[in-house]
Amino acid sequence: MTPRTRLQITAAAPDPALLDLPWDVPLADWPAERLAALPRGISRHTVRFARLSGRVVAIKEIGETVAYREYELLRQLSRLDVPSVEPVGVITGRTAPDGEPLEAVLITQHLRFSLPYRALFSQALRPDTATRLIDALAVLLVRLHLVGFYWGDVSLSNTLFRRDAETFAAYLVDAETGDLHDELTPGQRGYDLEVARVNIIGELMDLQAGEFLDEDVDAVAIGDALAERYEELWSALTSSESFGLNERWRVQARIERLNDLGFDVGELDITTDIDGTTVRIQPKVVDAGHHSRRLMRLTGLDVQENQARRLLNDLDQFVAAMDRQNDDETFVAHDWLTEVFEPAVRAVPRDLRPKLEPAQLYHELLDHRWFLSEAQKRDVPMREAVKSYTKDILPTRPDEESVLGVSAADLREDADVVPNRD
Amino acid sequence: MATVTFDKATRVYPGTERPAVDALDLHIEDGEFLVLVGPSGCGKSTSLRMLAGLEDVNAGRILIGDRDVTDVQPKDRDIAMVFQNYALYPHMTVADNMGFALKIAGTPKAEIRTRVEEAAKILDLTQYLDRKPKALSGGQRQRVAMGRAIVRQPRVFLMDEPLSNLDAKLRVQTRTQIASLQRRLGVTTVYVTHDQTEALTMGDRIAVLKDGLLQQVGTPRDMYDTPANVFVAGFIGSPAMNIGTFPITEGVAKVGSAGIAVPRDVLGTLAADDNNSITIGFRPEALDVVPQGTPDSIPVSVNIVEELGSDAFVYGSLVGEAGAADVHSGAGDAQVIVRVDPRQVPAKGETIHVRIRTGEQHLFHAGSGERIAH
Repeated sequence: MTPRTRLQITAAAPDPALLDLPWDVPLADWPAERLAALPRGISRHTVRFARLSGRVVAIKEIGETVAYREYELLRQLSRLDVPSVEPVGVITGRTAPDGEPLEAVLITQHLRFSLPYRALFSQALRPDTATRLIDALAVLLVRLHLVGFYWGDVSLSNTLFRRDAETFAAYLVDAETGDLHDELTPGQRGYDLEVARVNIIGELMDLQAGEFLDEDVDAVAIGDALAERYEELWSALTSSESFGLNERWRVQARIERLNDLGFDVGELDITTDIDGTTVRIQPKVVDAGHHSRRLMRLTGLDVQENQARRLLNDLDQFVAAMDRQNDDETFVAHDWLTEVFEPAVRAVPRDLRPKLEPAQLYHELLDHRWFLSEAQKRDVPMREAVKSYTKDILPTRPDEESVLGVSAADLREDADVVPNRD
Repeated sequence: MATVTFDKATRVYPGTERPAVDALDLHIEDGEFLVLVGPSGCGKSTSLRMLAGLEDVNAGRILIGDRDVTDVQPKDRDIAMVFQNYALYPHMTVADNMGFALKIAGTPKAEIRTRVEEAAKILDLTQYLDRKPKALSGGQRQRVAMGRAIVRQPRVFLMDEPLSNLDAKLRVQTRTQIASLQRRLGVTTVYVTHDQTEALTMGDRIAVLKDGLLQQVGTPRDMYDTPANVFVAGFIGSPAMNIGTFPITEGVAKVGSAGIAVPRDVLGTLAADDNNSITIGFRPEALDVVPQGTPDSIPVSVNIVEELGSDAFVYGSLVGEAGAADVHSGAGDAQVIVRVDPRQVPAKGETIHVRIRTGEQHLFHAGSGERIAH
């Protein structure tokens, strides 16, 4: 007989509440009151969401060695500042009351305000949603490849999306098949891209088969678009260019182009040929988050790239309107934060706040104010815009802090119901 | 279908001195099931990824059939990585789940149907083709995933530790399924594992790697009967072979308090760096328990007896002043393992006498670790 093993919890910051979860029960049989009803992607493993100390965690049953490996990889990815889910811990040595050993679990933090693609497609969204999701995934894949991460199983199911101004930001949620290298080979990048293309097309065809996505949507074209977007971005970020010595302004132009794409240049390789007539430049280190870093430095706000872009634009307008172009940037930014941003967000009633995260809310307020001003042919003040928005628009929006709406019965292993939140 | 050839294929990771795979020469026959096996860091996965196109080949070549694929992108190599992704699409039928990759590639509908039906027949899924995955058992779902790879009709299947994520019971089941399926399909398959039992039970041939170097390639029987060196001898077989290095005096290797005669022709082949010693290997199942005083018998003091019903194993130490420390086995240093009759197990603390069966001892150079043919 095998000896009864002991439950072992590996976690960077162990939460005692972990001990209260029913680890002696197979995940598929967990009682509904333990679970948070969140939509799940397609997974080959049993995955459940549970409430833990006021937050939501995702729990995945998986082999022990793979669980530890994925935990470690996710930790490394967070350290590298790549958008990915935060690992909470690994639990091994689970046994049922009858002594039957149960599979190890990997626990990750549920990403607040994140949306799986199946939930996004289940609502009436603008027709270009698919394209915007693909753009977000292309950025994520490029960022992962830049840090040397080979994913091995790129798909929409293994990705979560957060609203990022008018676009989306993508996060990696499944690193099971991944590997970190110093640098990826063209073969590894090419294979990841091909897997991504095939998986995305398959996932979209599946949505079409389930009548969640219009069958006129060209799934193959969307998959191909990912490959194109990826190649464009990769080449913009990494390719070398040569020009004559008298065209040195092109160095600055390249840096600005990368900034515009949302990347900072950490290291630029500049070489001149022997007779000194041509210069060759190639970015060596590029870091995503150009705008979000700048906003963070100025205001302490930690938001996503396109939200940051939007807020920085608003800040620029504030500077111009106040005629403070010559003031220290950080002082003006602080005033914008306390006089413009915070009052607007605080004016939204507390019960409506879980619908969107603050930066996204502010982005929508700006949009709304623009629409009002356009319609009324005058500059509508923010205070008025907030009032109108919280009265007419926000109440109709679903809560997205943690997308709810699936009944417990739908959480069975074989359930393939895409939640309907209308 | 195709052969696979590694021609002095080498992979050196940037910033490292020692190649992860060092001039690998390996020819895999059409339809063969070849297992790459070795401890972690031996280069087995790197070799497979070189074949898949995921790792650069820094020197040498890789061929699939007669085609040099060294610089070809993975998707253009006509290979299939199996089990990398077997999440099934819930709203598609089993047939669509198997055939969607062909649809993406623009294969005509009628041909997709034919290929899917052929694969379904092999996989015993014919009656489920129009159902949804929800209606299938776990094993059937896994076969659908396999079907996805089969309908593409790749020239080579690649599998990298596909069973590592399964529990012990399912692992044994799936192991047999994969092996028998591969034989029915007849598609050249390269399979990576760290588990020598998996290698022995599945492969037509096994290639053992260590530190990026190919140690030996051969059938499971070759590896078991004539390991090329001490490493392969200790790696293949469960429980592992007992291996010890012993000094030779007057043509006799001193094994604990006993002596084993070293054949005359072997004595002549000893090299200077053997230091007048010889490495002798004997499997736990190659030993007979004999009465005390039998020539060439070795006394073993019993530390523990493991009874498994069909088998029983003695974990013991060699009796005697010298030699005991130089022996090792699957049970660790200074321990030997002896398979005994499960109906006649000795008691703990007892001393038994064992003798290596004729022809079942393995002799290696103490210096180089290479097998001594005799």
